[in-house]
Amino acid sequence: MIPAPFEYARARSLEEAIELLADEEARPLAGGHSLLPVMRLRLSQPSLLVDIAGLGDLRYVREDGDRVAIGALARHADLERDPVLRASCPILAQTAAEIGDPQVRHRGTIGGSVAHGDPASDLPTVLLTLDADVVVHGPDGERVMPAAEFFTGPFETALRRQELVTELRVPKVADGVYVKFARRAQDWATVAVAAARVGGRVAVGLTSMGPTPLRARGVEEALAGGASPGDAAARAAEGASPSSDQAGSADYRRHLAQVLTKRALEQLGPG
Amino acid sequence: MTQVSITVNGTRHDVDVEPRQLLVYFLREQLGLTGTNVGCDTSSCGACTVLVDGESVKSCNVLAVQADGAEVTTIEGLASGDELHPVQQAFREQHGLQCGFCTPGFVMAAVSLLREHPSPTEEEIRIGLEGNLCRCTGYHNIVRAVQAAAGAA
Repeated sequence: MIPAPFEYARARSLEEAIELLADEEARPLAGGHSLLPVMRLRLSQPSLLVDIAGLGDLRYVREDGDRVAIGALARHADLERDPVLRASCPILAQTAAEIGDPQVRHRGTIGGSVAHGDPASDLPTVLLTLDADVVVHGPDGERVMPAAEFFTGPFETALRRQELVTELRVPKVADGVYVKFARRAQDWATVAVAAARVGGRVAVGLTSMGPTPLRARGVEEALAGGASPGDAAARAAEGASPSSDQAGSADYRRHLAQVLTKRALEQLGPG
Repeated sequence: MTQVSITVNGTRHDVDVEPRQLLVYFLREQLGLTGTNVGCDTSSCGACTVLVDGESVKSCNVLAVQADGAEVTTIEGLASGDELHPVQQAFREQHGLQCGFCTPGFVMAAVSLLREHPSPTEEEIRIGLEGNLCRCTGYHNIVRAVQAAAGAA
């Protein structure tokens, strides 16, 4: 399967990339591991790909006060190995290591995963759970928004035309786990659950349980009220709207969300 | 057309490619390096695995233009003359192949894995090769071959 024809341009700076994206049908290209598969299936036919992979100054992980700043072009394999992230926000390094397979992690980027807006993606759920900020740049400069405002629908985000995700800012969170169920390494998560202690509370997020990554607010409330992991996990599917597909029915996913939430909370342990 | 400069198995190629050309077809059709196979064509099976700047990638999901300036290594670039690469030798000795179709991809994935983890455990090998599928299901001997290659390297 070959993508439909498109024009191709390499951006030499962020400003140039933003300028090149003026065409409504243009799309940015980083690792290409979300975009190229849909282009090959002709589900997406951009007129122009603006290759931003050469913007090396967007590939970093660094401490930023009480947070960690991650450049949009940091690859999953970078996150997996990064000593700062492994020490300061291990759940993100652990989750990166569970994306796809080594070949995918060598190419795929965190910015691409976030901008793609797939509710079955792993990193967006963790960013939502951690109350991370998404930094975007466009013709009008920089905007910073919480992950909860960024993910607006299936493959839909708050990105405006010509805007690019440039950085993710996550709090330093020592305790967090991501429990993922997929039938093969290459499959999307049938369901996955993130659980982390953020600011003295346990936050819980869900993958593949609705049109965007979701917070399991019922579970969080139950835990704040002193419920056991098992009792809290029973509320995991409250408010979720999973779909049915080859990997599982909506009912199966609701069940799985409870099972995986209990496992995640048990792994997280008492604070 | 876009001009690219891609070094493949040590030889630099300055060529024009169509932006939509996938790296695997550049290697197979433009350079005639047919050792890299196209299996599932959906970046699942790993038969098309090559190294880009030393790291394994699925070449059916990378555009040739994305490899501009990079060093690509295919299965044809591993051996030195008549001497097989240690991973190739280990696959031969441990019977790490049956029909052989997935083998170039497995060998390249294993080379990348051993660069990152020179002495992997059996579990690390199995997880490290999760991006490659063997339809003959000959996984045990593939894992043994990687263990043998790790010992030899």
